[in-house]
Amino acid sequence: MATVTLENLKKSFGKTEIIHGVDIDIADGEFIVIVGPSGCGKSTLLRMVAGLETVSAGEVLIGGRPVNGVEPMDRDIAMVFQNYALYPHMSVFDNMAYGLKIGRVPKAEIRTRVEAAAEILQLGPYLQRKPRELSGGQRQRVAMGRAIVRKPAVFLFDEPLSNLDAKLRVQMRLEIKALQRKLGVTSLYVTHDQVEAMTLADRMIVMNEGTADQIGAPLEVYGNPATTFVAGFIGSPPMNFLDAAALENAPAGVSLGVRPESVRLVGTSEGRLEGTVAYAEPLGAETLIHLRTADGQALTIRQDGVLPVPAEGDRLGAVWDPSQEFRFGPDGRRLRQDR
Amino acid sequence: MEKRVTFKGLWLPILLVLPQIVITAVFFFYPAGKAVWQSLFIPDPFGLSMQYVGLGNFEFLLSDPYYRASFVTTAVFSTLVTAVSMGVALYLAVLADRLIKGSGTYRTLLIWPYAVAPAVAGVLWLFMFNTRVGVVTWYLGQLGYDWNHVLNPREAMGLVVVASAWGRISYNFLFFLAGLQAIPRSVIEAAAIDGARFWTRFRTIVFPLLSPTTFFLLVVNIVYAFFETFGVIHTITSGGPQQATTILVYKVYSDGFIGQDLGSSAAQSVILLVLVSILTVIQFRYLERRVHY
Repeated sequence: MATVTLENLKKSFGKTEIIHGVDIDIADGEFIVIVGPSGCGKSTLLRMVAGLETVSAGEVLIGGRPVNGVEPMDRDIAMVFQNYALYPHMSVFDNMAYGLKIGRVPKAEIRTRVEAAAEILQLGPYLQRKPRELSGGQRQRVAMGRAIVRKPAVFLFDEPLSNLDAKLRVQMRLEIKALQRKLGVTSLYVTHDQVEAMTLADRMIVMNEGTADQIGAPLEVYGNPATTFVAGFIGSPPMNFLDAAALENAPAGVSLGVRPESVRLVGTSEGRLEGTVAYAEPLGAETLIHLRTADGQALTIRQDGVLPVPAEGDRLGAVWDPSQEFRFGPDGRRLRQDR
Repeated sequence: MEKRVTFKGLWLPILLVLPQIVITAVFFFYPAGKAVWQSLFIPDPFGLSMQYVGLGNFEFLLSDPYYRASFVTTAVFSTLVTAVSMGVALYLAVLADRLIKGSGTYRTLLIWPYAVAPAVAGVLWLFMFNTRVGVVTWYLGQLGYDWNHVLNPREAMGLVVVASAWGRISYNFLFFLAGLQAIPRSVIEAAAIDGARFWTRFRTIVFPLLSPTTFFLLVVNIVYAFFETFGVIHTITSGGPQQATTILVYKVYSDGFIGQDLGSSAAQSVILLVLVSILTVIQFRYLERRVHY
């Protein structure tokens, strides 16, 4: 168990800086999810904490100890890789015991610790199998088991669920969350899936092109996004962005964001905005309606599935509660005076 | 899924495999058959007539101390050539695999020796170690060591081993490097996080995962040491001194074409053929089980 601190952490490859300074204090036992699209530097950030990438500037502290110059093996961490990185020539037991054997843990203790981990992860019957004889979900569990037997201070997860099918992913997501709660180990978890981020995180770091755009609890990030990038990335379907100048007296370049579920459809005369229905997607529990205004702006509305579905080409108005709208400046940053 | 192509007629498929069959027949089946046949005869000293002796040639060979000595020589030679060429190649491949910049240059330079024919390689090494004008001999002389592979059997063996292994390092290096690069990076990183330092990682992860490559190279290199090193031995030592470097395949040549004992030479070829077949079968049956594919 340990705290993790990143101080103005930067990474450059040659002359190109790809991570522009990330700061965060992670509390002991906290579950932090680093989320962002591919190429935003989230994996690189994690690998710097692991010691698999060198740090160009700034400092990583684990348990208050600066570890920039410390080898991965001496950082008291365990990592779960996207492709699991199991040792293909070793049995499940040996895969989990490898780190302990190297650490010269007594044989009897290795056995009890591996068996305890296998018990938690329901791997008991598979201990003598080779990784190639296991399913994707089981391999994932072995990778988890290898991390937990070593009782590290920090768990690092690098997109551990992205090679699994959708159903298994949801199941493993819950298991990871439960396991982390039970063991209480500080965790950093990288993913590009915003649903994973929302459900797992105590706090999340939303990465955008090497910058941490926002750090906060999932609902806080969702309800109070700091930039257009965060507002657009977290939430599905994404937030609508409208040209504020077309709706109200606002300077050019300011955009007004409103989430699809905040918008209601009304008659044309009552709306803050009116448009024609481009197409409607009834999904059962809810219906997504895509409106297009006369000046070419698009607006997605998410309404309850029991409400009537408008026909394509219908002219309708849209309204929303002003407290549900967000204004962003031309630089994409939130304009704070609106609250 | 594998697609099976079926031909309608019989003539086209036969025509397509014919060149390979003809080549194999002319250059392998015919000479091999002829060798088996000839091994049952001894020619008279002028080569005018042949006398049937049954297995006489084989009986003579197996009781011949020179032939038995050649067996030992071959075992020592092929073990050394395989060990040296594979060991050095693996070492270089591990170094090249760790390089990030300039690995292409090193790779190209390391592949060059493979383009040199064994006989030419033999001559190059012979020049360097020539007892009178060789560069290396001169430097060794400066250090107080009197190099003379023409007279010293151990030095002769050392020289042919080095010359044979040298050209082979490139080939082994390429395969080892490809094998190393096929190991997923994350597996190595996982081992590093698990606490394994470089040498432990190499011993417990990299080397076992490299075993298919190692096994393949072992078979190929032993066969190379048995047969294709003829050129090197012929140019450097001609099997001497005191037959210290006469490996089996060289003895086939010297007994048959210099000693003109074609019957014995043919019998030796047959023994060699059987020996290599057995060696290959043993390797595949017993070694393959310990290989992790």
